[in-house]
Amino acid sequence: MMHLETNTIKQTVADHLNPGINTKAGPVINIKGLYKSFGKNTDILKGVDLTVKKGENLVVLGKSGSGKSVLIKCLVGLVAADKGELKVFDTDIATLNNQQLNAIRIRIGFLFQNSALYDSMTVRENLSFPLKRHSKKLTNKEVEQSVNEALESVGLKEAIDKMPSELSGGMRKRIGLARTLILRPEIILYDEPTTGLDTITSREISELILSIQKKYKTTSIIITHDMACAKLTGDRLVILKDGVMEAEGSYASLENSDDTWVRSFFI
Amino acid sequence: MVISLKKGFAEAGNATLFIARFFREAIKPPYEIKEFIRQCYIIGYKSMPLVAITGLIMGLVLTIQSRPTLAEFGAESWLPGMVALSLIREIAPVITALICAGKISSGIGAELGSMKVTEQIDAMEVSAINPYKYLVVTRVLATTLMVPLLVVFADGIGILGGYAGINIHSDVTMYRYFSQVLSSLDFLDIIPATIKTFFFGFFIGLIGCYKGFTAANGTESVGKAANSAVVTASLAIFIIDMMAVQLTDLFF
Repeated sequence: MMHLETNTIKQTVADHLNPGINTKAGPVINIKGLYKSFGKNTDILKGVDLTVKKGENLVVLGKSGSGKSVLIKCLVGLVAADKGELKVFDTDIATLNNQQLNAIRIRIGFLFQNSALYDSMTVRENLSFPLKRHSKKLTNKEVEQSVNEALESVGLKEAIDKMPSELSGGMRKRIGLARTLILRPEIILYDEPTTGLDTITSREISELILSIQKKYKTTSIIITHDMACAKLTGDRLVILKDGVMEAEGSYASLENSDDTWVRSFFI
Repeated sequence: MVISLKKGFAEAGNATLFIARFFREAIKPPYEIKEFIRQCYIIGYKSMPLVAITGLIMGLVLTIQSRPTLAEFGAESWLPGMVALSLIREIAPVITALICAGKISSGIGAELGSMKVTEQIDAMEVSAINPYKYLVVTRVLATTLMVPLLVVFADGIGILGGYAGINIHSDVTMYRYFSQVLSSLDFLDIIPATIKTFFFGFFIGLIGCYKGFTAANGTESVGKAANSAVVTASLAIFIIDMMAVQLTDLFF
């Protein structure tokens, strides 16, 4: 059995956490009137409205400091929203206790800007770390198979015994993505996946994002400044300005927008 | 003045909540046994050479320095007992704890601080893994258990150092030396001194974790967390020692 069945892992994880939450289909992410500020006079999000459909790749653009990363951190409960409705899988995450929030988190993958690989662990340990904790019924062999499969998905099977310090920037991103995939998330949040990479590696990562979406049928939110990545991966683009969604549409429609500020992203 | 007072109270409040969370998470399963054992190995076993060198020098120097004063009163025969008592009751626990504050507390502060800055702690959280349980509870429990063992180890090595110090000027057999050491020791010398080392260990781990876990974003904060962990842990050791000596004096 070379491929560990996706459903087996999900079921094991669900059994382990016993979440008791709504798992019915619907708009996967639904945000209404989201506000977030850090101290006085530092309002970052001022009423963001956003809906993401199942299987969609949504690209979020905006200037640095416009609150793009804060937005996706609110989605996984890393940052608590001040006000607004934040529904993921039809569940308002603000109303969840820790255990229920963790059950949602397992279904969401998060690729950090700097990959956030655990420095003290090898690639194998990085990948098996979340799996072993959430799927205690899995045998060592099944964990190993799952690790191999995730590494195969990102084309880095040979890096299994390397330490993160031995990896290049592009490899770290791929391993970060493999670690995200190990729990078979239904949603993947990418925080600037191509930042700091050369053009060729950036394109490879963008293609990888697409192939993962096709293979695992994931829904994605991609925060990026890289317009080539946005063009390649985005089904729909939104632009964040002054804490609200300023523009929304396909790459082509926004590129030809009447608004010069919107067009300035595409120059 | 008001602002710094406010900050001080806020820091004290946060530290109290951090300690309360430690006890909550430490009791609640699942337990990170493997990581706890790994931390015991890193904190305990890997600190042994440093503690051994320090212990040996403490015993040797204490003996050489005390000898002339005791010789003036013709009380050189008290030297083994005096060295053993000084080491076990005060010098070995405090010096070993200070060494551990420098090595372990700063190490934990820097490690967790850099994990915070590079979003590794956030990565654990979004993978639905409790970073507090995995990183903080295991380290604090390991220091609480390992520092007392390191102190006992330093006691032993320090007494051996005393034996070497005595034999620089005179010729005393190992058997005679240890007979004098043991006859001068009482359980009341050992027990309170050992109990306080558990508190030393607890606060060395806790302060390192607190400083690392609450580090601000940016690489500069990693250095600050490590530095602040050593200073605060060292100060905490002296305060705990003072309280322990007062309590021992009161009850024994």
